[in-house]
Amino acid sequence: MNLQNPKKYSMLVTQARQVAETFYRPISRKYDKAEHAYPKELDMLASLLDGMNEGADESTGATSASKRPSNDQDTGNKNGGNLSALLGVMELCYGDVGLLLAIPRQGLGNAAIAAVANDEQLARFKGKWAAMAITEPGCGSDSAAIRTTAIKDGDDYILNGEKIYVTSGARAEAVVVWATLDKNLGKAAIKSFVVEHGTPGMDVTRLEHKLGIKASDTAAITFTDCRVPAANLLGTPEIDLQKGFAGVMETFDNTRPLVAGMAVGVARAAIERTKELLADAIDLNYGALPLNASHAEATLYRLEAEYEAARLLTMKAAWMADNRIPNSKEASICKAKAGRTANEVTLKCVELAASLGYGEDELLEKWARDSKILDIFEGTQQIQLLIIARRLLSKSSAELK
Amino acid sequence: MKMVDLQGAGLSLLSRMAQSDVIDTLKLRKPFEKILYRGSKAGFQVIGATARAFKSTDKKPRERLAAPVRSDLFDLNLTDEQQMIRESVQRFAAEVLYPAAHKADDSVSLPADLRTQAAELGLAYYAVPESMGGAASEQSVVTQMLAAEDLAHGDFSLAAAILAPIGVANALTRWGTAEQQNRYLPAFASEQAPVASIAVNEATPLFNPQKLNTVAKRSANGFVLNGEKSLVLCGADAELLLVAAMLDDKPALFIVEGGSDGMSWMSDEAMGLKATGTMKLRLDNLALPAEALLGDQEFNYQDFLDFGYLAWCALAVGTAQAVLDYVIPYCNDRVAFGEPISHRQGVAFMIADLAVEIDSMRMLTWNAASLAEAGKPFHREAYLARLLCAEKSMQIGTNGVQLLGGHGFTKEHPVERWYRDLRFVAIAHGGLHL
Repeated sequence: MNLQNPKKYSMLVTQARQVAETFYRPISRKYDKAEHAYPKELDMLASLLDGMNEGADESTGATSASKRPSNDQDTGNKNGGNLSALLGVMELCYGDVGLLLAIPRQGLGNAAIAAVANDEQLARFKGKWAAMAITEPGCGSDSAAIRTTAIKDGDDYILNGEKIYVTSGARAEAVVVWATLDKNLGKAAIKSFVVEHGTPGMDVTRLEHKLGIKASDTAAITFTDCRVPAANLLGTPEIDLQKGFAGVMETFDNTRPLVAGMAVGVARAAIERTKELLADAIDLNYGALPLNASHAEATLYRLEAEYEAARLLTMKAAWMADNRIPNSKEASICKAKAGRTANEVTLKCVELAASLGYGEDELLEKWARDSKILDIFEGTQQIQLLIIARRLLSKSSAELK
Repeated sequence: MKMVDLQGAGLSLLSRMAQSDVIDTLKLRKPFEKILYRGSKAGFQVIGATARAFKSTDKKPRERLAAPVRSDLFDLNLTDEQQMIRESVQRFAAEVLYPAAHKADDSVSLPADLRTQAAELGLAYYAVPESMGGAASEQSVVTQMLAAEDLAHGDFSLAAAILAPIGVANALTRWGTAEQQNRYLPAFASEQAPVASIAVNEATPLFNPQKLNTVAKRSANGFVLNGEKSLVLCGADAELLLVAAMLDDKPALFIVEGGSDGMSWMSDEAMGLKATGTMKLRLDNLALPAEALLGDQEFNYQDFLDFGYLAWCALAVGTAQAVLDYVIPYCNDRVAFGEPISHRQGVAFMIADLAVEIDSMRMLTWNAASLAEAGKPFHREAYLARLLCAEKSMQIGTNGVQLLGGHGFTKEHPVERWYRDLRFVAIAHGGLHL
């Protein structure tokens, strides 16, 4: 048993930490202020990450978190793409969550392609920046209520509908769109399609103004009789009522730990900065027990314990994915824990630093705004609890609504 | 004197009660007599176990267990040996501890043959080095932690009672001098292992284990101890104790054999932990030889406390898991408004939260224990594990009762016992030792 970071990724962690500190932090406030401006600095970083991805079979990007079997014949314990991607994400989000989300070619769309595309699609979409479009004005967490339709027409599908909250939806080169083949067949009929920007009928209609992660753009996209080649459908076109939604949902088992990792990163940023600010006022050497410590000390200890729990639960879920142990419940557990922990930690740290924390001279108030989305996207706190509860209680979504 | 007045008032009330027919009508006579019996023991008495003659004929060199070799990958797999032990401990917890727990709690005593049965698990052998008659060839902090977690799934108090003597053996193996190890360790690996316990806690609000009221003064032959310890597990049966006391203004541990002059005991029944028979121990000019001081310069009091906290964390995880495993079928079976109450988000989300926080507790505890086993610094991790386990396990304890509603408040279900036992996690210092 060992719950420390694997040594083989210590270089990766150090590099990601350097990017966070020397690359992200200095421009954090700039792009928080300049919402919708493209952080051009990221192009260089993306090239660097691409190079790292090419050079190593295990790497930092979203695409490395996948269920694809590796060539590794060793049947023992594995630390692979899910863990390394997570370690990278945690460090980069220690720098800035918004900027991480804005890195070209590292989005959830790319993760979806990496997870479920066939070999031909993998080759065709290689190097393409893909965003992910699930949410609609009438459906958030309830993915099964998707209204965007995909109707087969010859060798194409024709898409109609509106997608919102598409991270990097305007900047990416393509969007992975979730649409239903038949509204009457429920979740089983939902499939994902890669739609490239420039496809007639696809229009970016709006960019959101948000509470946080402003460096990352969030687009609304409409599809009007948008013709997409059938070869762009990810996975199987068959509607398998038995397997149902599972195919599409599988991606979440790999991406939820990554989003949890974002929460872990920003939580640590807040704790570390708060400790620095309070260094002269408190003693944080784990000497006094909470009962004998000052309130500020005890609070920081508690936040740190919660942070560690979030971090280790997330490591566990990613480790399970690496070892191909079914991890749906654990992916939701880590997302639920990390999402709420990051939000509580960052808000509490603003409070502990008082007006210093609330002001824009520090990044604490920004992190407290950024963290809120981490308890919402990729499944809200409540959706995670629902998933966990259904698993524990052996309930269907019809029974436990 | 206030005490006398109080006793006087109490006695006159008692006299009236004893004559009254009301208590018979209400069938209160037996309970009253039971309370009186326990109350009459409410003075320190020179009772308690007298230690066997611990022999020290051997002159084997001091043992220290090395860290096992583990890969430096992130790894939550258990070794084959760990899995095997878990299986037998889990079976024992389910078949022996869980069925015995209610009566043990109610009667404030251990089942008669529990120690004999538990000894068959062989857990003590992991605490005693091979050269001293045990089976330990390397550190087994993780294995012992897993066993503690599984025992506590059966029952928190019974697990504590079983593990208390093993904790003393662990501490002697970790820090004992050659003489101390030769004198005491072989007994722990024998057929008749001694009952032993670690006494750190004192009845002080905001108790701080670094600032003890129990004091050891140096004497011509060794030390003289004075003070009072609270909630000593298995106090009455303990043949051997490790007692924490201030020596030269720093906390130290002393090996005290049962029946020594200057020791007296008093019942210290509490909210929970009842099966362990918690006792107060008074030390009144207790004279100890120089060899009674545990360890030498190597001894680290903070590590000593931390190994204790981790044991209680493991118990907290196991018992919290028992709460979850109990409320799931209950809430699925319990029908209200025409459907199982588990169909309500208000209920289901509480259950999901139990699972989230139990795994949180488990991860922090496993992390600290695996660091400790590897011989790496683990104080920060143990501190955070204790903090989280103390807070979350109580939350889980109270929600366990809440989910059963009024039924949870009665002794028909074990959740009220878990509620009382889990309150102790935040209060535990010493007592156990991984």
